[in-house]
Amino acid sequence: MTLILQVEGVTKRFGGLQALTNVTFDLPEGQILGLIGPNGAGKTTLFNCINGVYTPEEGTIRFQGEDVTGSKTYDMARRGLARTHQIVQPLEELTVRENVMAGACFGRENHKLSDAGNIADEVMEFVGLAPKAEQLAASLNVAQKKRLEMARALAARPYLLLLDEVLAGLNPSEIGGMVETIKQIRNRGITIIMIEHVMKAVMNVSDRMVVLDYGQQIAEGTPTEIANNQQVIEAYLGDPELAKKLMGED
Amino acid sequence: MKKWQNHLGIIIPLLVVAGLTIWPTLADSISARETAFTILKAVALASSLNILLGYTGYVSFGHIVFYGFGGYIGLYFLNEQGWSIWASLLIAGASAGALAFFLGKAILRLRGGYFALATIGINEAMKALINNLDIFGGAIGITLNFKVYKEYGGAAAALNMAFYIMAGLALAAIIMSYFIRISKFGLGLLAIRENEDAAEVMGVVAPNAKTWAYVLSAIIPGMIGVLFFFKNGNVEPHSAFPLHASIELLVMVMLGGQGTVLGPILGAFAYQGMRGYLVTNEFFKDIQLSVSGAILLLIILFIPAGAIGWLRKRFAPLRRVLP
Repeated sequence: MTLILQVEGVTKRFGGLQALTNVTFDLPEGQILGLIGPNGAGKTTLFNCINGVYTPEEGTIRFQGEDVTGSKTYDMARRGLARTHQIVQPLEELTVRENVMAGACFGRENHKLSDAGNIADEVMEFVGLAPKAEQLAASLNVAQKKRLEMARALAARPYLLLLDEVLAGLNPSEIGGMVETIKQIRNRGITIIMIEHVMKAVMNVSDRMVVLDYGQQIAEGTPTEIANNQQVIEAYLGDPELAKKLMGED
Repeated sequence: MKKWQNHLGIIIPLLVVAGLTIWPTLADSISARETAFTILKAVALASSLNILLGYTGYVSFGHIVFYGFGGYIGLYFLNEQGWSIWASLLIAGASAGALAFFLGKAILRLRGGYFALATIGINEAMKALINNLDIFGGAIGITLNFKVYKEYGGAAAALNMAFYIMAGLALAAIIMSYFIRISKFGLGLLAIRENEDAAEVMGVVAPNAKTWAYVLSAIIPGMIGVLFFFKNGNVEPHSAFPLHASIELLVMVMLGGQGTVLGPILGAFAYQGMRGYLVTNEFFKDIQLSVSGAILLLIILFIPAGAIGWLRKRFAPLRRVLP
């Protein structure tokens, strides 16, 4: 089993705020890693450290065996890392198709414009945005914008995909659709780390999970282990009965 | 090749330039030639600025610095070194591009208003620098030796030739603008305009893309500077770096529609037409720039996308044919 990502002792401070403390985990290729924790736990900060928005003060991040700590975001994109944003960031005055083409053009495979068009058409079909292709991205609703974020990331044909709360704000049927899409992405051989608050969905889809609380990594393990971890229950899940119920409904 | 309608975005601009080039001959009038020269100059400058302002989203309030700098470089080589107009045009274009490259490395990391302020500062700093450089004639500037024109068949023939070179530069500016707009490089610039951070996350190497956009937007203004001051016969610091000319360029690009190929052309046309009317009008002739300022304000408040941008929004099919 080759490791696609190794996070080792990553620490990030913002002035006096300790956003991440000594976070360490490995991610084997082809798995889905669920990253959970209360608001402000440092989940998105960890994403930002992995994809180069922030440079951690301590620790190293290895991507496909190479030390990429402190790389630029565009270098990470070219190495084969793509992400979606918790707060959607569409290129509003461009069409949906142009948005997705931009993902294909500048990502890992560095396609020509004409090839990018073909990839964009295929990816838009996959995430269900094909009918909206010629609309401006600004005209989409939130659920569609989330799908656009995902399409843009997928068009880059990444090795590793970071999904930041793609389920937030979606209704139950949209969540079902999105979870299916995520499973299909994994089946294509893409490794995924997903930040999620929709516990049932993330427990259901993850191979392993990491739990953060106030920047500390309080647990790591399979969804079953996490659901029964006393510390996690106290910090995040709250009610032990609820945790059991969540697992029972899988 | 697809249907010709799909290429309207380049066909219309080319027809406009061709029309402007032929018009003075048809009208057989020197004053028509001068008017056409001014419009072509505005078209070329506005199309160049559009690469930075419209595609990349960086507002330059001092773009005229490349025009003045190129003009000085070109006249220096024409007059002092005895180079031909062609060689002078090339060296001026290259120098303006090189200036943009180094400036870009320094100031393109600034965003929004800070970048705009820096560009004003650079224009003023360049004016002060040239003012104190003896090699460029200091405050007096460079006056062309009359015998420079002789090489081109005398002053009248040289002015005529300058007109056709200007038409060529306008053509080059439009073709460059069009091909950037429909290229992968252009898509990267548009991504930077819409959201620079998101563009970088997608893999657009923004620092490089922005620098090249700045360089490409500076080359033709540098060459136009040479041509204008060659025709003019002399160049002085205050005529080479007029801040208000930078702002007039912004008005043209915003009026026609920033970020579209046709917009700056239309804007340059409309603005020069209006300016021609205002400066000859008894009432407006002294407050002509205030009118430009008022127009800029109205555009930003009510139609920020400009004329072509507005049309593209209203009629979605136009988006495909008018890039």
